[in-house]
Amino acid sequence: MRYDVIVIGGGPAGMAAALAADKAGAKTLILERDTRLGGILNQCIHQGFGLHYFKEEMTGPEYAHRFKQLVEKSSVEVMLESMVLSIGDDLTLTALSPSHGLMKLEAGAIVLAMGCRERTAGAIMLPGTRPAGIYTAGMAQKLSNVMGYLVGKEVVILGSGDIGLIMARRMTSEGAHVKLVLELMPFSSGLKRNIVQCLDDYDIPIKYSHTITKVEGSPRLTGLRYAPVDEFRRPILEKEEYISCDTLLLSVGLIPENDLLSGTSVLLDRVTGGAVVDENRMTTVQGVFSCGNVLHVHDLVDNVSNEAEIAGRAAAEFALCAQKEKEYFGVKATNGIRYALPQRISGGEGKITLFFRVDAVYKNRKLVVLSGDKVIKSRKFAVLAPGEMGSVEIDRALVDGELTVRLDDENA
Amino acid sequence: MRTLDTICIMCPLGCPLRVTEKDGKVCVEGNTCARGAKYGAEEFTYPKRTVTTLVKEKSGGVCSVKTSSSVPKDRIKDVLFEASKLCVTDAKIGDVILQNVLGLGVDFVVTGTSRD
Repeated sequence: MRYDVIVIGGGPAGMAAALAADKAGAKTLILERDTRLGGILNQCIHQGFGLHYFKEEMTGPEYAHRFKQLVEKSSVEVMLESMVLSIGDDLTLTALSPSHGLMKLEAGAIVLAMGCRERTAGAIMLPGTRPAGIYTAGMAQKLSNVMGYLVGKEVVILGSGDIGLIMARRMTSEGAHVKLVLELMPFSSGLKRNIVQCLDDYDIPIKYSHTITKVEGSPRLTGLRYAPVDEFRRPILEKEEYISCDTLLLSVGLIPENDLLSGTSVLLDRVTGGAVVDENRMTTVQGVFSCGNVLHVHDLVDNVSNEAEIAGRAAAEFALCAQKEKEYFGVKATNGIRYALPQRISGGEGKITLFFRVDAVYKNRKLVVLSGDKVIKSRKFAVLAPGEMGSVEIDRALVDGELTVRLDDENA
Repeated sequence: MRTLDTICIMCPLGCPLRVTEKDGKVCVEGNTCARGAKYGAEEFTYPKRTVTTLVKEKSGGVCSVKTSSSVPKDRIKDVLFEASKLCVTDAKIGDVILQNVLGLGVDFVVTGTSRD
């Protein structure tokens, strides 16, 4: 079977990319491994989605529903329960589904939209035993919001990522007692709004610069030892304390789910965990595009939708029109900037939005973009935090050398 | 004298706010802009939240619901309790399953089901 554009993943990124490709005239297919479209939005029953994209505030399932309706009305084909097993540099895929069996597919372009997965107890080398009662926050969210189970009654949360904070409120609403949130860093990795409305509203305490030193209990979790950490994030064991609980939720980071790329020549960015892409979100393999959380972890789904449209449109163009070889300028992140994306840019017309994250909390700084030694953009920020993705627009015509994105003192 | 210490959520700056009442006038300190002053005053006098939760489905599953607009913060618990009493069949996104919850002028609206 051959399609112009094959999109892997039917979450917010996959749906937006497929719709954009369809609109550009490409014969488009979405391969989704779940039994329905929508991805992680289906379990995010809280408010806060769509303010930028739809100009109204909605819940996750509502945001997903809007896109599902658009997909239904479009000519995009959807295969559910379809797991992609491998992709190749030659734009072929193998996939498996109960209704179609083993499929060999050929594409004019591939869009990667597989999203991300959560870091687990193993990934953070959580010390102690491995009893029942330890869940990643997103797993608990699915068990609660989709399947209707209460996963525990006395809850501690490690990490202050947004899903963890949201789950603190959710578990409280369902009658659980959320006793404590522990955060390794001296600041939250979640949005301010979630600290106020998910923790403060329910008098849930958060301890910054603290971590778990031991998990106790068998077969079920009975309690945790935890301690403050020093400047090198090592626990200060003399100050260790104990808290009883039957449930631990982990909200300790997300990893783009790029396992499928292991057999390809797609170059990965070690900082983002996603592919290295150009302004069209094309990877280092011609015709393979990437967008959404599989490219880099976003805070807002609205940004995912916008990014996926860029990738979908460009994928359609790649599949339908002859492409010229492009010359690229690299984008380097330094001096307080953890990463900037896209990681390479070709010259041309118009504006490009550069997205970036900082490596710590900064106040009163100037973000500077240089082309070679020449400053092509500078913008002041009153505050920048790692938990909130920033963006800055640059004029493509000014790009004539390697780009550098960095933070300077406001008056520099 | 009542005092409220909170963080402004209007922008990533996150100014620490202290809101007090002096001679019947609400006084916001710590804000760096007008939006912060307005937010602080609202949080002090009449904090409101949209409530999202789950409602049982007769089939055994759950569907997600929200209040059609925000409710007073100190009534969240009561609103959640009302949702826990409901049981619906064949709910669809957008359905109003309970009108004027506790006389607060808001409805429960279905936001998602396991069938969508």
